[in-house]
This record gives sequence, C-alpha cells and structure tokens, in this order.
Amino acid sequence: MSEAKGRILERVRSGLRDVPRDERAEDVEVTRAYVDSHAPGDPGAVVELFAERVADYRATVVRVAESGAPEEIARILTEHAVANLVVPPGFPDALVARYEGSRLSDEPPLTPAELDASDGVITLAAQGIAVTGTIVLDAGPGQGRRALSLVPDLHLCVVRAAQVAADVPIAIRSLVPTRPTTFISGPSATSDIELDRVEGVHGPRTLVVVLISE
Amino acid sequence: MSGDQVNVVWLGSPTFPQAAHDALQDTQLRRNLKHATTTIRDKRLRAVAELDDWETLREAGSQIKDRVMRHLDEYLLQLEASVTAAGGVVHWAEDAREANRIVSELVRAKGATEVVKIKSMATQEIGLNEALEDDGIEATETDLAELIVQLNDDRPSHILVPAIHRNRSEIRDIFQREMGKHGIAAPDDLTDEPRVLAEAARVHLREKFLRAKVAISGANFACADTGTVGVVESEGNGRMCLTLPETLITVMGIEKVLPSFSDLEVFLQLLPRSSTAERMNPYTSLWTGVTPGDGPQEFHLVLLDNGRTKTLADTAGRSALHCIRCSACLNVCPVYERTGGRSYGSVYPGPIGAVLTPQLVGVGTSEHADSLPFASTLCGACYDACPVRIDIPEMLVHLRAKVVDAHRGGVPKPEALAMKGARVVFGSPRRLAWAERLGAIGGRVAGIGGGRWLPGPARKWTGARDVPVPARESFRAWWRKAGRR
Amino acid sequence: MRVALFITCYNDALFPDTGKAVTAVLERLGHTVEFPAAQTCCGQMHHNTGYRREADSLVGAFNDAFRGYDAIVTPSGSCGGHVRHHHRTETAPNVYEFSEFLVDVLNVTDVGAYFPHRVTYHPTCHSLRMLRVGDKPLQLLRAVEGIDLVELPEAESCCGFGGTFAMKNSETSVAMLQDKMGNVRKTGAQTLCASDNSCLMHIGGGLSRVKSGVRTLHLAEILAATR
Repeated sequence: MSEAKGRILERVRSGLRDVPRDERAEDVEVTRAYVDSHAPGDPGAVVELFAERVADYRATVVRVAESGAPEEIARILTEHAVANLVVPPGFPDALVARYEGSRLSDEPPLTPAELDASDGVITLAAQGIAVTGTIVLDAGPGQGRRALSLVPDLHLCVVRAAQVAADVPIAIRSLVPTRPTTFISGPSATSDIELDRVEGVHGPRTLVVVLISE
Repeated sequence: MSGDQVNVVWLGSPTFPQAAHDALQDTQLRRNLKHATTTIRDKRLRAVAELDDWETLREAGSQIKDRVMRHLDEYLLQLEASVTAAGGVVHWAEDAREANRIVSELVRAKGATEVVKIKSMATQEIGLNEALEDDGIEATETDLAELIVQLNDDRPSHILVPAIHRNRSEIRDIFQREMGKHGIAAPDDLTDEPRVLAEAARVHLREKFLRAKVAISGANFACADTGTVGVVESEGNGRMCLTLPETLITVMGIEKVLPSFSDLEVFLQLLPRSSTAERMNPYTSLWTGVTPGDGPQEFHLVLLDNGRTKTLADTAGRSALHCIRCSACLNVCPVYERTGGRSYGSVYPGPIGAVLTPQLVGVGTSEHADSLPFASTLCGACYDACPVRIDIPEMLVHLRAKVVDAHRGGVPKPEALAMKGARVVFGSPRRLAWAERLGAIGGRVAGIGGGRWLPGPARKWTGARDVPVPARESFRAWWRKAGRR
Repeated sequence: MRVALFITCYNDALFPDTGKAVTAVLERLGHTVEFPAAQTCCGQMHHNTGYRREADSLVGAFNDAFRGYDAIVTPSGSCGGHVRHHHRTETAPNVYEFSEFLVDVLNVTDVGAYFPHRVTYHPTCHSLRMLRVGDKPLQLLRAVEGIDLVELPEAESCCGFGGTFAMKNSETSVAMLQDKMGNVRKTGAQTLCASDNSCLMHIGGGLSRVKSGVRTLHLAEILAATR
C-alpha cells in the first residue's frame, strides 16, 4: 500500500467516527421512488418522442422503412457531398449498398489524420433514449471504435425503432458497463460565449439520425 | 503531513467585501453576469419542470451521496480494485503537490512535452497547469471557455462557464492577440459572432488533438462496482481527449465516487438539467479501464484528497462534498449575480465555494477564506436549486459559527462586543425595556431618522439608506399602558 | 385556543405599529391574544452571524416565555423561521408567521380590510424559502377591498438585506437593493408591502433616501386598515 493511500484512508476513517461501526453501506437508505420513464407508455409514442427530441437539438431526423433505408442513406450522403465515408467493421453492407462514394475501412485502424481527412462516418447505435433524444454508442458491431464517430465532420447514425428506450433509467440498466460508451445528444455545442448556443465545435458539425421503423 | 492547499484559493486574495468592491464598479461585468444568470436560470426552471419526479430524484441523489460519504473508505478501495482489474492504474495523492508530481512524472515517462486537457475543477484546484509548465510541459485547455481564460492569463469566474464575465468582443480581441502565440492563429477577419469564434477555436485546437500523446481529464463520477469513469461535456473536446491520445490521466477528488454503475440513472438526469439546463448534454463518455484497440491504451486514475478528508470530518459540513459541480447555485445566487465569481478568490465560486473553500483550506487560516461564509444573505435560493439538496444556508451559518469561535479570546472586535452587548440586553425583558426607552430618547436627541447620516460603522448603512425613526413608545410599553394582559 | 404574540425585538423597539396591527386584526376576527412580557429576542441575529453560543443562551428564555400557548403568532418570517428551524423546543412547532396563521389555522383570507391604494408585494426570502408561506400573503392582499395589487418584477430575488450582511457586505447589499428598488418603481405602486420589517427597513431606507414617494408597510398594517 502506498503511504499516501494509507494516510488518506486513515483520515477518512477517523473523519467518519460518527458512523456506527456496524453500519453497512446498504444500511444508508436510498429511496428509489423516482420513475423509470417520463415517456408515454405506448411504444409508438416513444419512437415519436425520440424523433421529436433528437430534432430539438437541431440534429436532422429522417424516418424511413427498412426497405427504403439504403436509398435514403445514399441520398443524405450525396446531399452533404460526402465523397469518402468511414464505414466501421460490421456495418451492414446492405445499408450502404446505394452509396457511390469511396469507403474508408478501419481495418487496419485509420490514423487521426486520415479520419480528419474523411467527409463523414456512418454507424449503427446501441440504443436510443426517447425522453432526452440521445443516441448511445458502445463500440459494438457496426459502430466502430469511439474516434470514428468523433473526428469526421458528419455523423450519420442509423437507429432502429426497436432500439429506442423510453428514458434514462431504462437505458442505463441495459448497458454493458465494461464497454466504452458514448451518449450523444445532438451535434456538439457550446454556450460559452454569452450563453449563446453554437452547434458544431469539435465533434461532427452535422448529426443525421436515420430512424428505421419496423 | 498534508496541509499544502495549493491553488484552492488564489494567493493573496483580498477578503470578499474588498474584492466585491472592485467587481461592483465594473458595469460591463455586471451586465454580462445579469444577462448570463438570468438566461440560464429561466432555462433551468423549464428543464426541471419537465420531470414531475424531480424532488424524488433530488432526494435519491442526496441519499446516494450520503451513503458514499459515510462509507467512503470502502468505496475507494472497491473503485481501486475494479479500475485495476479493468487495466487502469490507480494513484493516491494527499495534496496538490503530490498530485502534480504524479501527473508530471507520468507525462514525462511518455516523453511528452505537451498535453491536452479537459475542463476539470480538480486539476484547476491543484494548479496542475502551472506545475506542468514548471516541468517544461505545455498543457492546453480545450474547453472553449477555459481556452479563453487561459489565453488571456485570466481567472475563471464560474464552474460551468468560466468566461461568463467576458463578452463576445472581449473574446474576439483575446483570440486575435493570443492564439498565434500558442499554435494556429485566429483569422485576420475574425468577427465577434459566437459561431465564428467557436470555429476559430476548432481550427486552433484540432491540430493539437490530432497530435497529442497524453490527455488529462477530471471526472464527473466513478462507479465503485465496475470501475467505470464518466465525463459529461458539450463541445466534443472531451471526447477528443478521451479517445485520440495513447495515454489518459484522470485526476478525481475522492468524493466523486458512486456506489454503482446503476446510480448513473439518477445523476444523468440531475446533472444536465441542473447545469446546462438541457435534457441531456451533447456528449457523455463512460469508460472502464482500457479497451484494446479503442482509445487510450494506458489509463491512470489519480485519487485526490487535498482537504476533502478535513471536510468529511465535520458532520455539519460534510455534505459540501455531495456537490456534483453543476453550478446551479451560482446561477440563482443574488450575491454571485452582482459580484461575479472572481470575488470569491477561489477555484470554487458562488454559494458552494463559500462553503467548500473555507473547509478545504481550514477555518481560521486566512481572513480571505473566513470572509466567504459571510458572503451571503442566506436567501436560500441555492438550496432550492441544488440537485443533491446541499443545505448551503445551514452550512454557511455553521461555518460562520466556526469563524466566530476561531476568533474568540484575545481582543474582541467591535462586532463581537456589540453582539455580546445585545445578548446582555436581551437577557431580560426589563433590560430590553430600558434600552428601548434609552434608544427612543437618545435617537431623538441625536436626531436620527428621516434620512440623517450616522457616524462610525453605521455609515455603512446610512451611505445608501435612511434609518427608521426609533419609535416614541415600544410595543411593550404600549401594551402595558393599554392595560392589556 | 390560547394565542400569544411573538412580536420580535426589533418590531418591539422600531416598528410597534406592526404589533398593534396584528393585535387589531386578530381581535377583529374575534380572538383574544396575549403578549407574554417575558419575551425578548429569539436569537436569530446572533445565530445567523455566527454567535451561536449567545443565540443558544436565548432559546431557553424564549421557550419559558411561550410555554402553554397553542399558537405563537409573529409578524416576522425570518424570526418565525429561525425559531421553527433552530429552536429544538416544545414551543418551536407552535410558531406561525402571521399570514400562515390566518390562512392555515384560522382559514381566513378576507379579514375585512379596506386599502384603496396601488400596492406591490415583496415576498421575503425566509418567509418564502424557509417557512414556505407560498402565496398566502397574496391571498390575503387580494381579498382587501379597494386594493390595486400589482405584481413586482423579479419578486423572488433577495432585496440584499440579509441581516448583518447589510453591514459586512454593504456594497453588494446596496447593489441588490438598487435592483429591488428599480423593480418596485416600475410597478408604479405607492406602497411596498412585505411580511418582514427587517427587509422593509432596508428597502424603505433606500426608497426614502432617493425620495421615491413609495412608502413601505407591513402586511399586517394593510390588513388592519378599515374604512
């Protein structure tokens, strides 16, 4: 044990002399009377809310059926003049089948400079959160490592309706803590200058969410 | 021996009233503050009103923090074990000097002479940037507001928006003057549009992000059961630092530990709505040790005491450690709104600073820190806004008593004499009746009332306010004369 | 119900009319009130300035003075709040701020008052955030015949008095006062009403210094006014 560790723990314990020795941590009451979800109960309404809340952050939400997704994705990428697109390992080929620009694979890993030189990235998501309009990435298949959805200037994220959790507590309970996890709520933003909100600071300037309904 | 409280307070800080005197003269500052605090106050109320179980969430947040503090030793050991198991390395630092030494050695071991930093109160508190500079390492703040403050060699004035005291044209001037000295210069045609200023920061910092080998962060929370550490941010500079460099060093106050990963379900609702007043901040990153092939392959967590165990030992002051650094208390504080953050002479401004700073540095150690608990009208707005229900007004009064007690003995100050005198008068209704009669007569003889000026310390009152005319007859005299019971 | 008046030391010495008004209103509503002459000071000023020993030494006498009463009514939100929150005595829970007592205990909002003037109301911090009286004072004012009640902008922001804060941090206190006075003057009211004379002394002192023509009145004094 380092000397500092021993001394800090010693001071913690002597500072806590008022705590009965037989008290266990779980004896300190935590009332979890808060709700699991502030969203409506109907699954359709949850997806509606998700779309509405994502758009609230000035991200673009495009709703599409599975069959029309490849076409729509290609259209969005063309519209944003994405000539070279980062496609993470495990991303479904079918979804980018109609895209005609060049694709950058992350195997072997792209350098930060190569990522910086790309026009955009397309990823899947681990889940969505309706109440907060949040997309959760956990580096699973089709999402790639964290840098992929960060450095390129446009992030197109594909979320399936079935992946949308109603609210934060429900989402947290289904996460795998050991995975590197990123919550994304709209494009990057700052309010540091006169509290005037500006979108697009260091992360992607543009976030497009393609929401595939059942 | 730990007593080296480097940088919690800014050396040579004047007392609060002295510092406030200067701040109050600054009309630009007053306007900036008024605008900023009013904007964010209204926004927060709207964000909070959306959740009908807000009070229940606050209660849970407060209870979780209470549990952590009462069993902090166990949670710290559990956190150390889980971070280590996930491939991270845990360090313990008793004070600022030790923490700075640990970080500096880690950076130098990587052969790096520059690091990128995520905005962090803990590293500011220990004066890490200055310590690294002394060791030949340039630390660049990557949060827009921190960058503004750093480029201008300024001091932050707010926990969340450190440059809240600067307006757009001041910021443009700073960027044009300073950016070129530290990297890519601001464009010549830089305007004061926030969008344009943010773009200049993006360009200036991007080359540093892509090049950096080592990043330094703070932590919003660390989960004892899983070893997961979290950083909550808006701009993406945090993600850049947490993702691109090979090595990540996180400095975290020991009070930031949470029992369990599942507790995030409470704090990820409380924090964003209380701080930036959003349903969720743009980016939250959670990582657990090291993930092969993704992000830094070396992770160090530095657990910092720096006065926290001292705070923990005072049962009435302990809950100051519950603070999740959301800054809601600053935004609703009428004193902060007039004086700004720099008047508090500390890394921690506003109401939470007024209770945290004196505890971290110790009551009775400096006139400056001892003046902070008195920098409040006890209006209670901070308590209502605090997402973890820290009863700041109650704690302020507790600390005032500690300050008064620390100065008992020796030659009493005029205030102490007045307080003791008043206590004697209030000791019996007869003495009080006499005093009232004397006051009524004396006041009239002296011609008090109707806008006269009083000499001595009372000038502080009559400088801007008239004094009430002492009543010719007290209530108790009237009652007795009327023959009432 | 035995009702005691807890007038508070500064109302006793400086603002006796407020105590008389409280007495008048309660008697008009048919209640007998008593003034326990042994009362002096609850210790709020000492406590809040850090002189806890001195404050604590006053608690026992307060408790003795008010023992045996069902309700202890005070025209001060801050002293009432202090006793209820910090005196750990048998009498502490029986302390009511004047507007609370009328609305919650006596279930009255219309006390038969007549006050044909433009009034704006400043909710004092301790009545608002310590005692949580909410809009009870406004309910009482709305029921006053002839009153022209106008809303005070930024009503819930502190006026800057803060007890000894007004002396220790006088400049900040005055900065807050100026904002409060600006808002009062925006309303065009002739009367500023509040339920704490300490805050009113501060705001009124400022309004008087600038010869604003706005007078300050305690809530009880408006409620005591009749045709």
